[in-house]
Amino acid sequence: MQPNDPILKLRDVQVHFPVKTGVFKRVTGHVRAVDGVDLDVRRGEVLGLVGESGCGKTTLGKAILQLVRATQGTVTYSGEDGETELTSLDDAGLFRFRKRLQIVFQDPHSSLNPAFTIFGSLEDPLRHYGVKTREERRKIVGDLLEAVNMRRESMDRYPHEFSGGQRQRIGIARALSIEPELIVCDEAVSALDVSIQAQVLQLLMALKREKNLTYVFITHDLSVTEYLCDRIAVMYLGKIVELCDAEDLYANTLHPYSEALLSAIPVADLDKKSRRIVLQGDVPSPVNPPSGCPFHPRCRYAVDRCKTEVPELRRFKSAKGEHMAACHLIDQPLAE
Amino acid sequence: MTDANATRPRTRRDAQFDKIRDREAALAGTRQRTGRFMSKFLNNRLAVMGFVIFAVICLMSLFAPLIAQHDPMSPNLRAIAKPPSAEHWFGTDKTGRDVFARVLYGGRISILVGLGSALLSAIIGVIIGVYSGYVGGWLDWIAMRISEIFMSFPQIILVLLLVAILGQSLLNLIVIFTLTGWGGIYRMARARMLSIREEEYVQALRSFGLGPARIAYKHMLPNALGPIMVNITLSTAAFILQEAGLSFLGLGVPLSIPTWGNILNAAQDLRVLEQNWWIWLPVGATISLFVLSVNFIGDGLRDATDPSQQG
Ligand code: SF4
Repeated sequence: MQPNDPILKLRDVQVHFPVKTGVFKRVTGHVRAVDGVDLDVRRGEVLGLVGESGCGKTTLGKAILQLVRATQGTVTYSGEDGETELTSLDDAGLFRFRKRLQIVFQDPHSSLNPAFTIFGSLEDPLRHYGVKTREERRKIVGDLLEAVNMRRESMDRYPHEFSGGQRQRIGIARALSIEPELIVCDEAVSALDVSIQAQVLQLLMALKREKNLTYVFITHDLSVTEYLCDRIAVMYLGKIVELCDAEDLYANTLHPYSEALLSAIPVADLDKKSRRIVLQGDVPSPVNPPSGCPFHPRCRYAVDRCKTEVPELRRFKSAKGEHMAACHLIDQPLAE
Repeated sequence: MTDANATRPRTRRDAQFDKIRDREAALAGTRQRTGRFMSKFLNNRLAVMGFVIFAVICLMSLFAPLIAQHDPMSPNLRAIAKPPSAEHWFGTDKTGRDVFARVLYGGRISILVGLGSALLSAIIGVIIGVYSGYVGGWLDWIAMRISEIFMSFPQIILVLLLVAILGQSLLNLIVIFTLTGWGGIYRMARARMLSIREEEYVQALRSFGLGPARIAYKHMLPNALGPIMVNITLSTAAFILQEAGLSFLGLGVPLSIPTWGNILNAAQDLRVLEQNWWIWLPVGATISLFVLSVNFIGDGLRDATDPSQQG
């Protein structure tokens, strides 16, 4: 197992939700939340998954964990015991792999059970994975809390006694409790104060080094991915439109959508705002995605070809390994 | 990042953070859940009053043999329809039975019917609602349809039907109330679960691979308990009223057993209604008082467990 081998392979993953209307709940269409994603997550990397809300990044994260089952396509996990196609397993079969993949959620207010103490919330998964005695569980939970810079005694208190940042750290401790290899962080710091964000991000990085973790970091905030990620995948309407090394994305942006996103990163100086590319209109409905390139109604470079022909994710040369993007105009000069 | 914070212009997200901080500041003062719950309940004067009345009536019924000097069943032909006196506090009825004793003993059965039916229907409703609300799918669909069938029957027809089939008895009445009553609690429990299901801690438990029963009953149910308790108290009151109503019509508990409804049954006679007020007024007042007190308790519980009024 080399450090850069893929730990997860996603092939043509699609997640569609039926849209039901009327009294009889007839299925009148599908929300294509995730619409054909091919992606490798490499062992030990931090992969950023960015896009506006509604682009399917959270659904993709849940599909990785099998919290949402893919309508089509495969998610393959490879570990010491070879490759396993998670999408073909049922709940019982998944049990062994649940231990390897975990998730940290966005909202620190709903991520902990208000009726239980921290210990009460954290002990059940441990018991489920075979930690028999209460003393052992208390010790493990205490150690976990210390690992996320909290006091052991916190375990006997209720969630409402903690601040958002503390709760988020408890959420991280919970994800770590069964020693996973990969953690999906779903907007893990988005709801936090910027200074607390920094603390939590530093903690995540320290834990990653210590425990050899792989992160899939889902966020809409490109300033967070810049700080954290090795590679970044930009999603738009359920599809990946650009996938490359993190530095490459900022230095050598290829896709017009990524360009627009990057221009929207808040800068300290408000006067620079003039350079921002404002996207026209809203994100189109994933029920009826636009024909051709899904981005064409909002793309300022769009040409006729974009309306009819779906751009493939193509590989481009880059100093930093591969750089993938899905746009017809790349290789040709972009008209300003 | 921390330094940049001071000079950074305020964004929409700052406003969001402020809101979160406010919410947390509001919560910071509260310590223990149970403590907060008790203090909120005790601060509600009506609820405390309701609880006291409830307790007094329950205890008096429970210890009826110690309090009442007369047998509620044995007629006394020398004291027929006598007004209240030192001997008979609430007077006697048309067959010379002591009304006070009958109200006390009747309370036992009436409270048993009300509380018993409410608890039984809560148990059934919660067991079905919590699980089917969480897992959804066809199980949920079937449970929903069954509850709709039971709830769409006019209750009185169902009662007539079941009395005709099963006969008139205390147990049958409880069965009937449970059958007609579980739907309400089921629906409420289910609705609560539907909203709790989306909470992220439930998703987290799922990602650990915990089974649906464990997640639903152990982790989610405690968060739905507040409204369920409120519902139990309110349906206790409703069942007691229904028992009184049905017994008044002669469809409830067999007339030979004293219950509040059966005592009231005597007031069907217009002469009793006009001339012997002591036969029906005390029991009527007791029913009203009891139902009122239970409703006050229910309201107090609702306020104390309402998550939107924390603090
Ligand atoms: S394919 Fe056309 S519409 Fe799509 S991003 Fe490229 S230029 Fe814009």
